[in-house]
Amino acid sequence: MSQVAVLHPEIEPVESPLTPESWGKLGMWIFLVGDAMSFGALLAAYGALRFGSTDWPHPSSVLGIGLTAFMTFLLICSSVTMVLALAAIQRGDMAGLKKFLSLTILCGLSFLGMQAYEWTHLIREGLGLSSNPWGASLFGTTFFVITGFHGAHVTGGVVYLSCYLIRSLLGRLNQAHTNQIEIAALYWHFVDLVWILVFTFVYLL
Amino acid sequence: MAQAHKQPNYIAIFWWLLALTIIEVAVIFMPLARVLIAILLVGLALSKASLVAMYFMHLKFELRTLGLIAVTPILLCVLLVFALLPDLSGTPHQTVGAPAQPAKPSSP
Repeated sequence: MSQVAVLHPEIEPVESPLTPESWGKLGMWIFLVGDAMSFGALLAAYGALRFGSTDWPHPSSVLGIGLTAFMTFLLICSSVTMVLALAAIQRGDMAGLKKFLSLTILCGLSFLGMQAYEWTHLIREGLGLSSNPWGASLFGTTFFVITGFHGAHVTGGVVYLSCYLIRSLLGRLNQAHTNQIEIAALYWHFVDLVWILVFTFVYLL
Repeated sequence: MAQAHKQPNYIAIFWWLLALTIIEVAVIFMPLARVLIAILLVGLALSKASLVAMYFMHLKFELRTLGLIAVTPILLCVLLVFALLPDLSGTPHQTVGAPAQPAKPSSP
């Protein structure tokens, strides 16, 4: 049993069987598994609609691959800065935590800015939820739903990490909060992982 | 478990992810059969996703049961794709001005 469980058996009677660090980490994993099923269902539906269609536009000739490849690069960078932030708090380096957390948030915000630019550009070219100049109307629907759902996750992640950055700037975060940062990092890496799949299935394939 | 294990070389993982992304973008411009490109892209994407899950999310250093829970969505998605297969092949649809498809006899 963890130290907390020994001291406060009424609060935490037994430790989490799969994640001995905390129940919170197991909770995040279960949330992520559920969330992965949402994304999985969206991508499977995308596949069904696309391959059942005879006039689906070729994504790489309609969508900007250069920009989204750079967006992928940004999210990969943000994952690296996130693991470095976690490594920093693990060794009690709070300055390092603030630096890498800020960089992660900056990458997330840049990603969102580029997505807003991309959406604006595509909408001006005629890509809508119900029609587009290139073929199957569901091309636009699936594009906006999948990238929008992912963008909402990035937005949530930026807010989530910003809360910890503000707490660390106010001096209310220390090495004892390592587990909380680890849980937040799990969420952020998941968002990166999903983008890797979205980039492949929606943009490249 | 994350505190107990030796930290992996995160920068090496970053270079791997970057290299695989560059290969992915290069693959779509290669003069290969569509099916081969699709297989390569899916393989590369799954490799990248595994790298993120194993090293950045520390799944490699967690209990095996947690790993099994983490891969259940993939199994369910594969199941979903098979469930949708009849819709993929049976009824090609076109959005605007599609010529009428001859009605197929519905299976019992």
